[in-house]
Amino acid sequence: MFIMREVAAQFERPALLFSGGKDSIVMVHLAKKAFWPAKIPFPLMHIDTGHNFEETMIFRDELVKKLGVQLIVGSVQEAIDSGRVVEETGFEASRNLLQTVTLLDAIARQKIDCALGGGRRDEEKARAKERFFSHRDEFGQWDPKNQRPELWNIFNGKKRVGEHFRVFPLSNWTEMDIWQYIYLENIDIPSLYFTHERQVFVRDGVILADAPFMKKRDNEKVTTMRIRCRTIGDISCTGLSRSEASTLEDIIQEIAALRVTERGSRADDLRSESAMEDRKKEGYF
Amino acid sequence: MEDKFSSKAYLDMELLRFTTAGSVDDGKSTLIGRLLYDSKSIFEDQLEAVKRASIRKGNEVINLALLTDGLRAEREQGITIDVAYRYFATPKRKFIIADTPGHVQYTRNMVTGASTANAALILIDARNGVTEQTYRHSYIASLLQIPHLIVCVNKMDLVNYNEEVYERIKADFSAFAAKLAVKDIRFVPISALVGDNVVEKMDKMPWYGGGTLRYILENIHVAGDHNRIDPRFPVQYVIRPISEKYHDYRGYAGRVAGGVFRRGEKVMVLPSGFVTTLESIDRDEQVLDEAFPPMSITLRLSDDLDISRGDMIVRENNVPEIGQDIEVMMCWMSDKPMAPGNKYYLRHTTTEVRTMIKEIIYKVDVNTLERVPDGQQLRMNEIARVQLRTTKPLFFDSYRRNRTTGSLILVDEGTFNTVGVGMIV
Repeated sequence: MFIMREVAAQFERPALLFSGGKDSIVMVHLAKKAFWPAKIPFPLMHIDTGHNFEETMIFRDELVKKLGVQLIVGSVQEAIDSGRVVEETGFEASRNLLQTVTLLDAIARQKIDCALGGGRRDEEKARAKERFFSHRDEFGQWDPKNQRPELWNIFNGKKRVGEHFRVFPLSNWTEMDIWQYIYLENIDIPSLYFTHERQVFVRDGVILADAPFMKKRDNEKVTTMRIRCRTIGDISCTGLSRSEASTLEDIIQEIAALRVTERGSRADDLRSESAMEDRKKEGYF
Repeated sequence: MEDKFSSKAYLDMELLRFTTAGSVDDGKSTLIGRLLYDSKSIFEDQLEAVKRASIRKGNEVINLALLTDGLRAEREQGITIDVAYRYFATPKRKFIIADTPGHVQYTRNMVTGASTANAALILIDARNGVTEQTYRHSYIASLLQIPHLIVCVNKMDLVNYNEEVYERIKADFSAFAAKLAVKDIRFVPISALVGDNVVEKMDKMPWYGGGTLRYILENIHVAGDHNRIDPRFPVQYVIRPISEKYHDYRGYAGRVAGGVFRRGEKVMVLPSGFVTTLESIDRDEQVLDEAFPPMSITLRLSDDLDISRGDMIVRENNVPEIGQDIEVMMCWMSDKPMAPGNKYYLRHTTTEVRTMIKEIIYKVDVNTLERVPDGQQLRMNEIARVQLRTTKPLFFDSYRRNRTTGSLILVDEGTFNTVGVGMIV
């Protein structure tokens, strides 16, 4: 809450990056609490790859209506149509990387000077070095060697025109902290996080959801499994896990026993050892 | 089978934040990798990735340092170059590690990691003994008021687990530490590579009667880091909903920086000096009877006053120091040196003012802790006692008394980078 308020006080046009995933839902909840009884004083921004789970979109629209906040949608499809980016082809094609361009376009178009993200330092090695207030140059790029020192709780959000900040209020939360908070505060989350039956196929040991735009190799057979999402992102790269967890208590027990990180099932991070760092430098979330 | 995970126990668990420091090859990353690995805090996919990378680089054993050396440049140079945060939990405690680089040009990151820590791990290579870096890091830990120091004498396997080597380092360090302000110092001989005395005790050092590093981390007393005596509430943001239902609502949002605030009490608002009554303490829809650090709350007052960000709510008979002439212990973080006469932005709690450097009173030689009368310039990684003059009065306490109202940062007027950090004397 302290960070949310610092953002509202230090920046002119902040926005909260909303993916429909649990981390961004927790952020919205924190923002709601930080400004109660006033409305959240900044819009939510969704970078839409066009390859979403339907449940996420319904959830997003209901939440926005309930809070009475503005929603900005940055569309990857539009960026493809206008030729700003070229879509990947082949079996591993994912629009995940294309989000960077769309995100930076949306930030520039809306003159956003601070984008709140749900990134946590426990997720991935490159994120472990991220600041709460992370400075981006006019190209939206991150320079890990030239980060501002961040001491105590004094946050320096001063910047030149055209530059912006990424702020990560959940930096010090772990996956378990997120679930405990959802449980404690009784926060609504999309049904995708609970067990359900879905048409899926397996690629390189990762369970992926079937969808019309998902190209499959001949040996990749679609079957029905009882699964749940551990993270929610674009369909093309969200790995699913077999699970019978139908309540928050079940999920917490499951996380406690797990031996694989949540990003371990993200197809996008398995691409190379420094996949995340490379994307971050260019201006990814 | 493991016991059923208890949400209640998890939520009640204490959190210990600690920072690690050591020179380039003291094996800091290896030690952290070892702590995580032996505490079973490494997930299988992370371990697999490290195994693959170790084999590719031709390492014979799994190189645990690769678990924490996050960035590509680090993997290339084989050194850590920024503060990396790590999280793990044992059945007894949750931990946040700020892993900071040891070599000279990145010492500013050590200060960063230390600013929020309850404990500091100081690593010493048993073959080299106490070095300049050891002194520097210990001094910074003491300057930033970290209550506990844990001195790990590492690479004991390379000195044949020799007790004399350990005792000599312990004596050297203790002689130096007598001049520091740290009350609690513990020593532990370890081998991060092999794992001796990190999580498990092995039989190589029967002469060592103390606990393992993990035991120490789990059991040191996490002192109440927060000041509960002097009520301080820096106003962060004013909440004025423009809605029918809350037409007259005017709340002052912020985080309690010290003391305890109670509903119905008389409070004083700075700088105006008005005294009024604390009508309500709101935390979203709840109304609280009292609030203390580090709670984020919203205060409502009985009188309609003109209060904005940067003002401070305190108790009438317990006000902070108010003034424009401030003396600080300053650590310089920028390669552009600071000199008397220079001007900067100064950030303190929720306030920003401009400031001019009046005087460098003395510098501190971190090897001897002696005062050096050199008033010309303060360069990167140097520490000095400095006199500042601000354009507007600040409401402050000494850093010793309150880490929040006693700390400040300086921001360059051209680049907007954070260039200096100060602890108010």
